[in-house]
Amino acid sequence: MVFDERSPIYLQIAEQIKNDIVTGALAEDEQVMSTNQYAAFYRINPATAAKGFAQLVDEGVLYKKRGIGMFVSPNARDLLRTGRQDGFFADVVDPMIREAKAIGVPLRDVIQHIRKYGDS
Amino acid sequence: MTEHALSVHTENLSVRFAGTPALDRLDLRLAPGKIHGLLGRNGSGKSTLAAVLAGFRQPDEGEVRIEGAGISTPLAPYENAVVTSRICLIRESGDVADSLQVRHALLLAESLRPYWNADLAGELLDRFEVPTNKRMQKLSRGKKSALGAVLGLASRAPLTIFDETYLGMDVPSRAAFYDALITDYAEVPRTIVLSTHLVSEVSTLLEDVVILDNGRLVTQSPVDALRGRGASIVGPAKVVDDFTAEFTVLAEERLGGTKSATVLGDLDPALVAQAASAGLEIGPVGLQDLFVHLTAPVSKGARS
Repeated sequence: MVFDERSPIYLQIAEQIKNDIVTGALAEDEQVMSTNQYAAFYRINPATAAKGFAQLVDEGVLYKKRGIGMFVSPNARDLLRTGRQDGFFADVVDPMIREAKAIGVPLRDVIQHIRKYGDS
Repeated sequence: MTEHALSVHTENLSVRFAGTPALDRLDLRLAPGKIHGLLGRNGSGKSTLAAVLAGFRQPDEGEVRIEGAGISTPLAPYENAVVTSRICLIRESGDVADSLQVRHALLLAESLRPYWNADLAGELLDRFEVPTNKRMQKLSRGKKSALGAVLGLASRAPLTIFDETYLGMDVPSRAAFYDALITDYAEVPRTIVLSTHLVSEVSTLLEDVVILDNGRLVTQSPVDALRGRGASIVGPAKVVDDFTAEFTVLAEERLGGTKSATVLGDLDPALVAQAASAGLEIGPVGLQDLFVHLTAPVSKGARS
């Protein structure tokens, strides 16, 4: 994973783990890497990794088992999917429509494409 | 975590070379158990600061106090073996005499360093492929730097300062050094100072940052806070000027009617939304760019 300068790295770490949960790469109740493993693997400061993980615990995405490590919460996937659905139209669809209008792609072509691509 | 880590505190710390200030009234606090970046251009005072913290030289004014790792009252490092045995400063190749063989340099370090870890030293020497039967003068620059990195890491000193140790190392070796640093730091947390101008390479390793310029402290801040402190604003020149009027402008560039400005300051979401609707593009400023602007020879922050 390459970190960019858009936001603090701990937020990017949290986002990446959330992504893995949404796509199913990380299963519910599965143990995640320790912060030190994560830090060594991605060559980042362990405190930064710990901050990212702590944020996910606060949000209820991960839970801690004392002395063992951190795990994906049983309802994490639903929680994250619901959260992303709320922003889906504003964050994903609206920019697409703006771009289509700007470059002159008729919306009916867009809709046709969505139908075709969605069915395939 | 802090039982094996030193904290550093300087007050009004000044060092002068023939009357010219190399360090100018520095008030610094390095929290124990963190990886600190000491960033500055060449000649900014990084090496002088590192030497003073390690007790290699005395300040001309002000003081350095070191505390923690069994030192219960803050002490000055200069001429104090209790303190200096807990501090390891690695300059480019670890200050090893040219005529010494590598294996003798290791034995010397082992005898001087109370927290020395010989297993780690052996493992790192293998990884960096440093020959132990050669004399220092026979080593390439890269291998000398690698040996410096090994001596610093294996010292496991409660305060370990790497002063541009990695300059002589090639990119893969530097990557191996960063890996080894993070892995061993996770195992034995201690206070680490990385003095460098290769900001983009080390920025993810750091927790706190100290930026020096001309011997003065520009800023001391957690990296995350610093990352959010700058913004780049691009758009029609007139709109950019209006928008940036209330900010400190670090740099600006013009291309035709378009202007790009780098500003310092908190941009709250409302302000960003306002800028976007005025047709401006707002982007983040990376640590490296921020560093470049903050230490630029002539600051454009003073524009009228």
